[in-house]
Amino acid sequence: MSSEYIVEVSDLKQYFPVRTGLFKKTPLKAVDGVSFKIKHGETLGLVGESGCGKTTVGRSLLHLYKPTAGEVKVEGTTVTPQNIGSMRSKMQMVFQDPYSSLNPRMTVEDIIGEPFDVHKLYSNKKERREKILELMELVGLNAEHATRYVHEFSGGQRQRIGIARALAVNPKFIVCDEPVSALDVSIQAQILNMFEDLQAKLKVAYLFIAHDLLVVRHISNRIAVMYLGKIIEIADSDELNSNPVHPYTISLLSAVPIPDPKTARSRQRIVLEGDVPSPLNMPSGCAFRTRCKYATEQCKEQCPSLTDRGNNHFVACWNK
Amino acid sequence: MTEYILQVKDLHTSFFTDAGEVQAVNGVSFNLEAGKILGIVGESGSGKSVTSYSVMRILADTGRITKGEIYFKNEDITKYSEKQMHKFRGKHCSMIFQDPMTSLNPVYTVGNQLMEAILLHTDKSRKQAKERAIEMLELVGVNEPQKRYNQYPYELSGGMRQRVMIAMALACEPDILIADEPTTALDVTIQAQILELMQDLQKRLGMAIILVTHDLGVIAEMCDEIIVMYGGRVCEQGTADDIFYNPCHEYTKGLLRSIPDISGSKKRLTPISGTPINLLNLPKGCAFCARCEKAMKVCLSYQPEELEITPGHYASCWLNVKERMEPGKEEARHEF
Ligand SMILES: Nc1ncnc2c1ncn2[C@@H]1O[C@H](COP(=O)(O)OP(=O)(O)OP(=O)(O)O)[C@@H](O)[C@H]1O
Ligand SMILES: Nc1ncnc2c1ncn2[C@@H]1O[C@H](COP(=O)(O)OP(=O)(O)OP(=O)(O)O)[C@@H](O)[C@H]1O
Ligand SMILES: [Mg+2]
Ligand SMILES: [Mg+2]
Repeated sequence: MSSEYIVEVSDLKQYFPVRTGLFKKTPLKAVDGVSFKIKHGETLGLVGESGCGKTTVGRSLLHLYKPTAGEVKVEGTTVTPQNIGSMRSKMQMVFQDPYSSLNPRMTVEDIIGEPFDVHKLYSNKKERREKILELMELVGLNAEHATRYVHEFSGGQRQRIGIARALAVNPKFIVCDEPVSALDVSIQAQILNMFEDLQAKLKVAYLFIAHDLLVVRHISNRIAVMYLGKIIEIADSDELNSNPVHPYTISLLSAVPIPDPKTARSRQRIVLEGDVPSPLNMPSGCAFRTRCKYATEQCKEQCPSLTDRGNNHFVACWNK
Repeated sequence: MTEYILQVKDLHTSFFTDAGEVQAVNGVSFNLEAGKILGIVGESGSGKSVTSYSVMRILADTGRITKGEIYFKNEDITKYSEKQMHKFRGKHCSMIFQDPMTSLNPVYTVGNQLMEAILLHTDKSRKQAKERAIEMLELVGVNEPQKRYNQYPYELSGGMRQRVMIAMALACEPDILIADEPTTALDVTIQAQILELMQDLQKRLGMAIILVTHDLGVIAEMCDEIIVMYGGRVCEQGTADDIFYNPCHEYTKGLLRSIPDISGSKKRLTPISGTPINLLNLPKGCAFCARCEKAMKVCLSYQPEELEITPGHYASCWLNVKERMEPGKEEARHEF
């Protein structure tokens, strides 16, 4: 069965039991009813404050955690504990930290080759090596460095190694969790270009998690904004930036430091008061209401869900 | 005449390691005007933090200022005794660090640490010091300061801890605040709060700020003057408008080209090719030469002279020198 979408996520929930007293456990609702779809070869950006659940969405989507509830479909097939093994070859993850996510005792060759071994993707040693070198070339690594250890590489090169490993199984979909956040801007540009080239060549789709909104806007076709476990706005990249609707999205966009002095001087920052509420002690109704200047009684009582505002733009807000 | 609160002249700082001398800072000069914000940008390892640590003289044991002067109100602090430095750090110049968790002591309450800092550097009584501490917490926008006073650092959010750090740095009303990546660990919305706070305090208290960051957005929003560093040297210096709208060093140009366009166009990014330089083995000529697409022969062997492009805007790149030379006269000096 084929489908227009590579991934369809519906009402995904991920609760973590957290000990809050001697005998008491409270569910921490890290992801609380998230739905989205990603087309083949498309990039969906995912942004939001630290702790809002971005990484958890990525992980439970790939069943690295067992989701508390909800459904994930890959190319139309529901992911289950039984078929997750074979599904893994369709979806991969690239992690934020290029320093700690790779085993320092393995050579680059072995790191990239590991998925080949796991999924038995070669018939002899020579073929294995050829495939590895091919991947290294694809991500812009020097093939002569295949026998080096990770610590001999710079941050940007390590990130390439991580990406090569993810590509080894020929996935159709990659969750990229802050893949450029730890890198210098000039290296960041190299890696972003590489993601775009790979997408053009291999038609792979990305869920691209990042906190730098300029980067997300640059790379994404669509962007989803999360706040405390829920998506509160989702739209095409340009639409979201020129016409943000949710008060949280508006303040988020206004807070992004703009690398242009004239624009920076002329615009008005909307600085949000206060901190994000604790996910263990969430406000009733809309989670954003404690920091929202438009909050009404309704926001206290009922949590708004995403509604269609036309132009492929969805917003969860009672007042906007 | 402009009054400078801090003048750094030809600063050289090295670390003497087993592998050899790491020349982290190689001839940095800048002037900081009272009440202004000076930004330092540059890639990872370019010497931004070491420059700030040199001013505070809080280098690692292996590190040493090998050459240069640092004038605070016309006194060379590199000649200060440790006792004088102690007073300088407490009264005149404070620093906030990137990670607030490593600079706050986890076993003491926020209030206790703040009060101790005040007691150490002023002759206030304990009661006065406590009052001042609570006042400071209020000043930096910590809600319920009375309650926070008795809390431990781990009980506060990241943004709140960074505020406490700022309160601590400002408790003795320094003339200079050095902020090394003060918001890198924070969310954009919290970052905006902290930047707003720093701007507000700078205006109200009239202090000068040195803001170290690799975020060009933060630089554009905050700074009067900007220094761009590469390989332990200043490659360009000027106002925000000079640097962003008339960059005159190939590294600065490359840096600006490698960030996504603010208009949101999906135009392909232009990275700076090559790898960062090795400080153990500095090139003879321009530090950026190996990565520069426009490098000339002269760049390999001679360090570029600093030229004043327009008043107050300086850049060290041979291309500018070449451009200024009268046609036909180039040969007179170097072979370009
Ligand atoms: N394994 C776990 N056990 C308990 N709580 C968890 C676990 N993983 C994440 N959480 C909590 O779930 C919430 C969401 O965390 P998550 O890491 O997904 O956030 P994030 O949006 O990726 O944040 P950041 O931008 O800081 O990476 C947080 O409150 C976090 O403390
Ligand atoms: N204690 C030390 N011993 C040896 N070398 C050091 C030491 N501290 C710093 N260095 C070196 O000095 C150079 C400049 O470091 P510095 O910390 O100033 O960089 P930076 O510009 O602040 O970079 P970042 O943006 O990553 O913070 C680096 O190459 C670094 O490895
Ligand atoms: Mg995360
Ligand atoms: Mg630094």
